[in-house]
Amino acid sequence: MDLSMLWYLVPSVLMFVCGIYGFMTRKNLIAILISLELMLNSADLNFVIFNRYLYPGSMEGMVFTLFAIALAAAETAVAIAIIINIYRAVGNTDINEVKQMRF
Amino acid sequence: MTYSQFGHMIPEMIILGIFILVFLFDTFSNENGKKILTPFTTILFGLGTIAIWVIPASGETVFGGMYINDSATNAIKAILNVGVFIVLLQAAKWLNDGEAVVRKGEFYELLLVTVFGMYLMVSARHFLLFIIGLESASLPLAALVAFNKKRYESNEAAIKYIMTAVFSSAVLLVGLSFVYAFSGGSLYFNDLAITISQGEMSGLLLVALAFMIAGIGFKLSLVPFHLWTADVYQGAPTAVTSFLSVVSKGAAAFAFFVIFTQCFGAVYSDAWEWMMYGVIILTITIGNLFAIRQKNMKRFMAFSSISQAGYIMLGVMAGETLGLSALMFYVFVYVVSNLGAFLVINTIEEQTGYLSMDDYNGLHKTNPWLSFAMTLAMFSLAGIPPFAGFFSKILIFTSVTSTNSWALYMLVLVALINTIISLYYYLLVVKAMWISSDQPKVGAIKTFRCEKVGLWLCVAGIVFFGLVPYIYQYCYDAVVNSVRILEVIVP
Repeated sequence: MDLSMLWYLVPSVLMFVCGIYGFMTRKNLIAILISLELMLNSADLNFVIFNRYLYPGSMEGMVFTLFAIALAAAETAVAIAIIINIYRAVGNTDINEVKQMRF
Repeated sequence: MTYSQFGHMIPEMIILGIFILVFLFDTFSNENGKKILTPFTTILFGLGTIAIWVIPASGETVFGGMYINDSATNAIKAILNVGVFIVLLQAAKWLNDGEAVVRKGEFYELLLVTVFGMYLMVSARHFLLFIIGLESASLPLAALVAFNKKRYESNEAAIKYIMTAVFSSAVLLVGLSFVYAFSGGSLYFNDLAITISQGEMSGLLLVALAFMIAGIGFKLSLVPFHLWTADVYQGAPTAVTSFLSVVSKGAAAFAFFVIFTQCFGAVYSDAWEWMMYGVIILTITIGNLFAIRQKNMKRFMAFSSISQAGYIMLGVMAGETLGLSALMFYVFVYVVSNLGAFLVINTIEEQTGYLSMDDYNGLHKTNPWLSFAMTLAMFSLAGIPPFAGFFSKILIFTSVTSTNSWALYMLVLVALINTIISLYYYLLVVKAMWISSDQPKVGAIKTFRCEKVGLWLCVAGIVFFGLVPYIYQYCYDAVVNSVRILEVIVP
């Protein structure tokens, strides 16, 4: 079966939208972080798809994806460290516990 | 690739050298040695700043054109370096007593890595290097925001900062991936500009542009992407807040200018200029209106910095050499004025713990010099002549009106009206300090040597930057001498 580019782009966009939805609605910090990872991965997927289908002669999108994955890993590490700090301070990772500063 | 290429990256190599020296010193020195870590870093960084000002840019591109060391990028790095130097002076007292003392080496190392990332972001000529610079600028900053890990507010600010930073970079990356689809397989700014200008206007690329404005707008805290700003500024340690509000904003504004003028200037300038038109009006107005009702000084400065970011973005609307040189001059003046205000806030918070605007009532009776410096900073931020802020506002308004477009005249009118609104809340602070008849809450404060030096630097900058034409001339010459940063070169 011959798959066109659209078959790959639709899941990628779905992942992005799910990520935004999760970012808006989840109450647990870890779940929010997972949603953020979904969004980042959808961007990576886009790069790979466009490279494979539109510019098969070059590797720029693939290389970009490798760097983006490394950056996402670094972001997760820092975010997890901060979440651990939050856990030590308030005892859980619920987003409702970290809203003292408002307006 | 030859290693001699690294010789063209002089500002980055200076920062990297300082980082390695500070890291080795912090790791291998004993308890007595650690006591001189602060003067060691500050003096080293001051020398590095002078070196960046003095050494002329080579104008060379490195890594096949991914990186450029041009006179304009060199000038903005020198300007930001002055800001970082004042932040180091400001942090010295806080790092050397209290709980932060065992971790002060980490503070310096994280700060230097952040500055390194900003340099890469400013000098990038390829989107990969730009993203790497942006991330290595914002991730250590999240760690810096969480630096007071025993204080709850610091953690809350850090989680808000890291989540919005990752969200914005995800949005930016998705926008960039759509741009890649139209790029002809190359993400060099120059190649991208050529490919885009040959194609037709496309709806998907407009969406990508909106995504990119949103992504970078988060870093610049433009409205409607500003919601993290006030909370993060309030919770972060004050030295980190001043760094966030000045240095990271200046670097992001410069990179924004270069990307949008060079890559999307030819075909899509109509599209993104109208998007930015709305964003700037919203940023200036909403920043001002929310600043009026703030009582906490750090939140107050947060909203004031949101509206100042709108003024900085006016330079992007003007475009070309005039716009970029006005933007750089505005950033420089903003560095000294905002850091002057933050130095006073930091000094008072360090010694008394007071942060509310009411605590500043009658400050001039006990601390006339601090009140004087704060007043000058507020006058400069509001744009009262003859202080530097007045001239930077004039220059950025003239650069916008020089394009002779009716819409941009309206934009300047909105900005002018907002300047008057901003006068009100900046003068609220001045009124509290000089006119309020209440008994002063804050006793006489002894400023420390580092803070004094920083305050004198800021006051000198506020008074002289507008009156001495050399500074603006320096920015203008730097932009004029660097052709490759703005124009598209067709091979």
